[in-house]
Amino acid sequence: MKYLLVQIVNGLQLGMVYSLIALGYTMVYGIIRLINFAHGDVFMVGAFVGVLGFSSWGLSLPVAGLVSLAVTAALGITIERLAYRPLRNAPRISALISALGVSLFIQYFSSLKFVFGPNYRVVYPPLKMVQWNLGGITITNIQVLIFVVVALLLIGLQYLVYRTKFGMAMRTVSYDSQAARLMGINVDYVISMTFGLGSALAAAGGMLYMLAYPQINPFMGTMPGLKAFVAAVLGGIGIIPGAVLGSLIMGQVETLTVAFVSSQLRDAVAFGVLILVLLVRPTGILGKRAVEKV
Amino acid sequence: MKKKNTLMAVALVLVMVLSALVSACTQKAPGETEGGKEEKVIKIGFIGPLTGDVKTFGESTKNGFELSIEQHGGTVAGYKIETVITDDRNDATEAVNAATKLIFQDKVQAIVGSVTSPPTIAASEVANQNKVVLITGTGTATKVTVDNGARKEFAFRACFIDPFQGLVGAKFALEHLKVKTAAVLYDQGNDYTKGLAEVFKTNFEAGGGTVVAYEAYAKEDTDFSALLTGIAAKNPELLYLPDYYQKVSLIGQQARAKGINAVFLGADGWDSAELDYVTMDGGYFTNHYSPDDQRPEVQDWVRQYEEKYGSKPDALATLVYDATNLLLNAIEQAQSNDPVKIKEALQATKDFPAVTGKLSFDENGDPIKPAVILQVKDGGQKYVTTVNP
Repeated sequence: MKYLLVQIVNGLQLGMVYSLIALGYTMVYGIIRLINFAHGDVFMVGAFVGVLGFSSWGLSLPVAGLVSLAVTAALGITIERLAYRPLRNAPRISALISALGVSLFIQYFSSLKFVFGPNYRVVYPPLKMVQWNLGGITITNIQVLIFVVVALLLIGLQYLVYRTKFGMAMRTVSYDSQAARLMGINVDYVISMTFGLGSALAAAGGMLYMLAYPQINPFMGTMPGLKAFVAAVLGGIGIIPGAVLGSLIMGQVETLTVAFVSSQLRDAVAFGVLILVLLVRPTGILGKRAVEKV
Repeated sequence: MKKKNTLMAVALVLVMVLSALVSACTQKAPGETEGGKEEKVIKIGFIGPLTGDVKTFGESTKNGFELSIEQHGGTVAGYKIETVITDDRNDATEAVNAATKLIFQDKVQAIVGSVTSPPTIAASEVANQNKVVLITGTGTATKVTVDNGARKEFAFRACFIDPFQGLVGAKFALEHLKVKTAAVLYDQGNDYTKGLAEVFKTNFEAGGGTVVAYEAYAKEDTDFSALLTGIAAKNPELLYLPDYYQKVSLIGQQARAKGINAVFLGADGWDSAELDYVTMDGGYFTNHYSPDDQRPEVQDWVRQYEEKYGSKPDALATLVYDATNLLLNAIEQAQSNDPVKIKEALQATKDFPAVTGKLSFDENGDPIKPAVILQVKDGGQKYVTTVNP
């Protein structure tokens, strides 16, 4: 029983980090129906800028985090402006291919010596690890930090989307961008900001990931990116609470597979979930069976 | 618009044909001048992970390779040595590309490399098929020189093989550390760590120990918390981690966070300045040589290396230095740059005075030689003992 509880905490930690990445996927998909495959790499850039912030530029951890959020938000907006906006009215597959191109570009450009370099870097976080023992279950301060930061960001996001004017504009564009434009909403601005917001969340995910698993490299975004994508689809892509729910389930599925089945099946099960969802319920757990408008 | 396109296409084709002609000419040219001057050249290629997850391996081995050639004055048996350096990023596919490029484009007669087992296995396959000699300093997996029982005739190495290394690790754990229970973690997609894990388990159990957990992970994994929680519950006295330095550092950190106080034991993949010396402090690993060894060969080598590069040579630099010396010695014996003759001379090597010990090849092109055990201590490596085969 205690064993199961510890494993659930492990899964929660993983799921929380996935949820920050999955949110970016789902927000972008919700608003322009594009699966932004470069998202995992934005996550990587977030982690790198954060690490450079506190190790090379001498910033404190929170300031480094904010710098990383700002840089990746700008990166997200730039990617949208250069790679997706020109294809807004092209067939959807063109934008998807563009997204894959951007993903590879970021990975290999970051691998260049004068950018981040191709090597693995061990991170020495400025945060000393502290462990607490709660009735046999060890919890670290990093886990607590992850839970708190993710919870705060989720509450903030929920507030932004459902309680502010900008959130209303986002929801309107997502519902019908043509009509939104007719109502005087600056659609381009809303889409740009959505990319910025999603990217900043990914950067927050990258920072937390780097604290929990202290090693970074330019290709680190691929796997978490794909897993978070599966999570977003599982929860219902385009639906914000769905992304969080899907991520938490994915975290548990992965951890419990390792704990009770076999560590070798971890990725097989994770991606098996994707196939299963697409076969059984393609709109995801929270998705409604929408009728395609003609 | 359409006319313009046709024009462009014609121009493109012309450019392609011209460039093909030009390159054909230039390819011929050096051969002619060489014949004229009668300057004899032997080309040796180098493959190593100069970038990527184990880049310190690539840097060390390149140093060892270059120092050996420099000490030979850049010539061997009257041939001028030309070297071509390539990078495989510790990736088997890249290693095949590198080997193919070296063989067909640079037309090398011999290759030194690669460093870790998976790319070396792939590169040795290519070299063997195309009859080019390949000698690795450090690829310890069995499959480097033998594939399904068939000897790859052109492949050699200067290091001991994993079945021996795993055996040494298991014996050391049982007899020296006196532990009875161990947990083993390995990368399921890597012949090196998989092979070591298997050999360790077999020998540890044969010697009366119990392997309480035998778990695999994938190269991309960074989250080991679930695995390690399971292992912590079984409370082993020893954790066997036969992977490369960056991965074991990550696993070690998370193991300590999960309250596992077991001794860490590993293999030659730990030998790097970028190992997390704080986390891994007190851990042991099997290796090929120790710079603290007092034999004159070792001390000379350490001094020469320090003079040139300003740091102590690790086992990787040493092994590739040995491998390059072995190759040059064989070329000297063969008095030829014909790969077939070099191969025969290499196979016939007897008691070669390498830095890592006197060296002869068995019928598989694998040397028979001792291993050392080192301990990670106070930010450095401490010599513990030598184990003979």
